[in-house]
Parts: sequence; C-alpha cells; structure tokens
Amino acid sequence: MASAPRSSGIKHASTAFAPWEDPDAKPLIQFKNVTKKFGDFTAIDDLTIDIYQREFFALLGPSGCGKTTLMRMLAGFENPTRGQILLGGQDIVAVPPNKRPVNMMFQSYALFPHLSVWDNIAFGLRRDKLDQDKIEERVAEMLRLTRLEQFAKRKPHQISGGQRQRVALARSLAKAPKLLLLDEPLGALDKKLRNETQFELMDIQEKTGTTFVIVTHDQEEAMTVASRVAVMDHGKMIQVDTPAGIYEAPNSVYVADFIGDVNIVEGNATVQGDRVHISFAEGADPIITAFDQPISDGQRVSYAIRPEKISVDREPLADRANHVRGKIEDIGYLGDVSTYHVRLPSGGLISALMTNSRRLARRDFTWDDEVWLSWTDTAGVLLTK
Amino acid sequence: MKRFSWFNATSLTLGFVFLYMPMIILVIYSFNASKLVTVWAGFSTKWYVELFHNEDFLAAAVVTLKVAVVSSTFATVLGTMAAYVLVRQGRFHGRTLFSGMIYAPLVMPEVITGLSLLLLFIGIGLDRGIVTIILAHTTFAMCYVSVVVSSRLTTFDHSLEEAALDLGCSPFEAFRLVTLPIIAPAIISGWLLAFTLSLDDLVIASFTSGPSATTLPIKIFSAVRLGVSPEINALSTIMIGIVTVGVVSASLITKRAAVKRARDEQSAERS
Ligand SMILES: Nc1ncnc2c1ncn2[C@@H]1O[C@H](COP(=O)(O)OP(=O)(O)O)[C@@H](O)[C@H]1O
Ligand SMILES: [Mg+2]
Repeated sequence: MASAPRSSGIKHASTAFAPWEDPDAKPLIQFKNVTKKFGDFTAIDDLTIDIYQREFFALLGPSGCGKTTLMRMLAGFENPTRGQILLGGQDIVAVPPNKRPVNMMFQSYALFPHLSVWDNIAFGLRRDKLDQDKIEERVAEMLRLTRLEQFAKRKPHQISGGQRQRVALARSLAKAPKLLLLDEPLGALDKKLRNETQFELMDIQEKTGTTFVIVTHDQEEAMTVASRVAVMDHGKMIQVDTPAGIYEAPNSVYVADFIGDVNIVEGNATVQGDRVHISFAEGADPIITAFDQPISDGQRVSYAIRPEKISVDREPLADRANHVRGKIEDIGYLGDVSTYHVRLPSGGLISALMTNSRRLARRDFTWDDEVWLSWTDTAGVLLTK
Repeated sequence: MKRFSWFNATSLTLGFVFLYMPMIILVIYSFNASKLVTVWAGFSTKWYVELFHNEDFLAAAVVTLKVAVVSSTFATVLGTMAAYVLVRQGRFHGRTLFSGMIYAPLVMPEVITGLSLLLLFIGIGLDRGIVTIILAHTTFAMCYVSVVVSSRLTTFDHSLEEAALDLGCSPFEAFRLVTLPIIAPAIISGWLLAFTLSLDDLVIASFTSGPSATTLPIKIFSAVRLGVSPEINALSTIMIGIVTVGVVSASLITKRAAVKRARDEQSAERS
C-alpha cells in the first residue's frame, strides 16, 4: 500500500454517484419485507432495502441489532423466515452459499488453521479450478495488497491478530466477487493501518466495481468509506442515507445520538410562519429553527444541534437567530479544537466546538467565564421521533 | 518444581505399586528360565522363542490383529459420522434420544452386549467366526470413537466450514478439505483407542467367536485354566507392550498438537 496521503470522502461527492436517486437504476440487492426469527426472537424485522452495484454500503448499529444476521442471509448461511432476497433480480433464498457470487469476510476471520497464509488465500481460487500460474499470480497480488508477502508460509496461529485480519480480507477479496461482505473487517488494526486499508478498499472497489456491504461500529470508518450508511436498531433500519445526510439530517434522536456528538434539547413547539419556536425552559428565549415536517402547536419535540455549529463569544452574534447565555463549566482541549461545556441558567448543559486558531496562551475564554452561544436557525434539526 | 512431601510421596508410591505390581511381576516372570512359574531360575528369552513357534498362538494373534485393524477402522468411520451429525446438526427431533443411545453401550455390561450380539447372529443365521467378532467389536468401539471425536468437534469453530462453503466448496468438500484435516488427531486417537479395546477384549469376543476363529485373549484365558505357563507370561508381556504403545501415542498425538499450538501462538504474539 502506498503511504502517500490521499483525500477521501470528496470522491463520492465529486463523481455524484447516487443510483438510489435514479428511478431507473436496477438494484443489485433487494431485501423485500425480510423477517428473520430465531425461535421467538426477531433478529431482522420486516426489512426492505435496495443496495446498488458499486455501492459501499455501511451497516452501523449497536451490538446485537442484527448486522451479522443480515450479512449471513446475503451469504446464504441463514434463510429469512419471511420475505425475499433478490440478487440482480433473482431470488437467491434457495441458492446455497457455494453457488452465490458473494464472498464474506467473517468477524472471527475463520482462517483455516491447517493451511498456510498462502493456501488460505488460494483456497477459493482452487475451487474455481483456475490454472496454477493464474492462482499464483492472484495470490501474490493479494499478498502485496495486504502487505503479507513475508508471512506467506506461516500458519494463521503464527501471526498476530492484525495480520490474521488482513489474511481474512485477502482471502475474501481473492475471488473478486460481485458482492463482498465485510463483517467488522478492520477492528483489529491500529489506526494508521486501518486508514490505509480503508483507502485500499475504496481503491479496490473503484477498480473492480465490486459492491461492498460493510459492518462497522466505527462511525468514522463508515463516514470515510461509505456511499450510504444504514443505522440499525433491533432488526430495523432506522435511517439509510449518505454519510452527510445521516450526519446533517438525522431522522430521529436515535440516529442523531448514534452518529457523532450532539446536543439534544426537548421542548414545546409553536409554529410561526416558516419557523418553529421551541420553548425549552422557563424564562429562556425559545430556540428558533427551520423545519421540514408537519408540526402542530404545543407538540413535544426534540431539537438536535451539533457542537461545531455553535459559536462561543463574549457577546451574542447579531447575524445568528439563536442566542443563549451561560457559564463555561469545562473545556476539553484537543489540540486543533476545544470543546466548551456551557451551563445554561435553566440548568441544561450545551457543548460547543471551536477551532483553536490562536495559541493557547492567547485564548479568549477560561473556566467560569460568562459567554454567549449563538447559532443560526438552520444549523440544527427538529426531530419528532 | 514442587517438592513432594513425605506423605504425598508415600501415597503415590503405594498407589502405583498397587496398580502396577501385578504387571511388573508378570513381565519379570516372562523372562524366567524355569518352567515353574513361582521359581526364579535366571534370565532367559526362551519362552519368547517358543511362543513364536506355537502355531496355535500365532494363528490367534493373526486373527486378533485382523479383527482389531478392521473393526477399529469401521468403528472410526461410523463413530466419526455419528459424532459429526450429533454435534453439527444442532437440535433436530430426537437428538437427545440419539446421543443417549450412542453412549449407552459405554455403560452397558459387556456380558449383555455380548449376549445380545450372540442372539442377533444366531437369529440372522450368521456363522460365528472372524466376521462376527469384527461386527461386535465395531459396535462397541464406535461409541468410544464417537465420544473422542465429538469432544473435539464441540470446540471446532463452525464458521470454518461456512468459510469453506463461502469460498465455493460443496458441503462434502468442506468436510474433506477443512473439517477432516483439523479433527484428524482426534480421529487417529479414536482409532488407536478402538484398536486397543479390540485387542484386549475377552468377554464380547468369547460370545461372538466360533471354532473357526479365536482371539488371543480367549486363547490365553483358556490356556491359563490349565495352569499358568511362562509362555503365556511372554505373550501377555507383548500385549501389554502393544496396548501401552497404542494408548500412549493416542494421548501424545492429542497433547503434542495442543502444546505446539500454544507455543506457536505465543511466539506469534511476541513477534
Ligand atoms: N443462530 C442464532 N440463534 C439464536 N439467536 C441468534 C442467532 N444468531 C444471532 N442471534 C441473535 O440475533 C441478534 C442479532 O445478532 P447479530 O446479527 O449477530 O448482531 P450484530 O452483528 O448486529 O451484533 C442477537 O441478539 C443474537 O443473540
Ligand atoms: Mg456481529
């Protein structure tokens, strides 16, 4: 892997890859009202989703929400209790795992302990009855990609956890499948190697046109690699959207809270023209916000605002619609940015994130300072769920 | 190393003397020059030489070995299959009943197993001989094999087979290329166990053997009733040797695999 810095994220935006917005696009994978039960327990609950060719689809959610089960149904190890799974328009429920153009990287790696790293990677290619030199070429390529060349002769138990994870990745990539399922593929790698592998995956995907479905609990990873992110809970998809969409326009408190840091304020809504006023505390000015869903007066709503959208100043900023006064209770200094935890007179605590454009000694605020928080009426989102 | 206390050392010695004294005496007397079993007349290997000229004993030895090899092989195949289904199939209807039935012969008195097999063979009109002994030994040894193999299979990571399927194997290929090589040590020690069980079985063999074929234990038992001879001692010593080698290598195979693995894993973590 080259270690030259590369930019990410921008790619998807610049190529405007968005087949899910195209009504004529044919999805590669379709889940149609899929339910999976284990006994009485519902692991996947009436789930419907389309995933398109060349997508990098990330599944995000707490442990036990059904991510692995979803992958296993795609790979063919579990059958849905109800519903249909289509791959390229064909119902694949009856197709056994070895007949599906799908490869999976297991969360537990599932490396064959009696075979060397080389033979592990070659295993799938041998099943396709490829020529020996074709196999050797492909394995060498995979070893280079995952930087495992000098471990080719070792057995899986003779290499470290991170190396094992890379073997598992190489083995699943080797057959260049139509659809690649990665179950927490990079969890055991250190941060640097993880970043490089993420870019490598995106590169592979660009070169081969493989569709990736990736499970991760690292939201930063999901944001970096994914064309779309699905946030799951209890076997349901709560929101499926682009990383930016999930981050900027969460559809529920659950999603807002799950991705990144967020301030959630609860209050009662009053509609005033094209703005909603949320009164959240006695004596405090209401929060003014734009909205895009029907709201009735007096409705109980939540308001979500990201810390970096709030400005901390000595005086209220005149061009912002929302201002509250508070006292700095804590400052989290992270080098490039600082998080200010500001206590409001109503008792609530708001976090605001400011870039440290000045040196530490000349910083404006310190503990117990009285400050004003300001933000615009389009910076936050109004949530009713 | 922890040092033994006086009390522990004594208990250990007593225990082992109690266990092994009879066999040690037998081994010593097999090298006795005298015809009389109870009188020591100097070291000699003449009873071993004589033994190898005894046609009767040699014929029985050949039968015993044939029976042991064939029956332990059948028992290993059947026992492995049974273990595989019981561990792998998950919960199917009647699983508890089946696994109970697989293990029942382990605790069944051998006399009853022997008797019921005898009745079966008479019932279906099968002449007693080497075939019936093989069948009988297969029946009782496969339970032991199945116990050994299924204890290995329960710790076998099922996702390895799934990975094989995922990479394009048919279920049979997955078993042959992945499961079988990994559980091979357990299968080999199961085979060795079945082999030694067959070698030293007297009760079941005496129910199922016929005039055309007798095994060594039967031969020894009937010879001893006419009086213990040094030749029998020599024969028994050889059998002790074979059984010991079988059991020790079975346990070594299992243990060495585990130790090697642990060592490799440690060195992998260090590197
Ligand atoms: N074979 C199974 N039998 C019974 N319950 C299962 C089985 N597989 C998964 N589950 C249950 O289904 C739920 C979802 O599991 P999983 O898909 O592995 O979650 P995740 O990968 O999101 O952590 C969990 O509560 C788990 O206990
Ligand atoms: Mg999982």
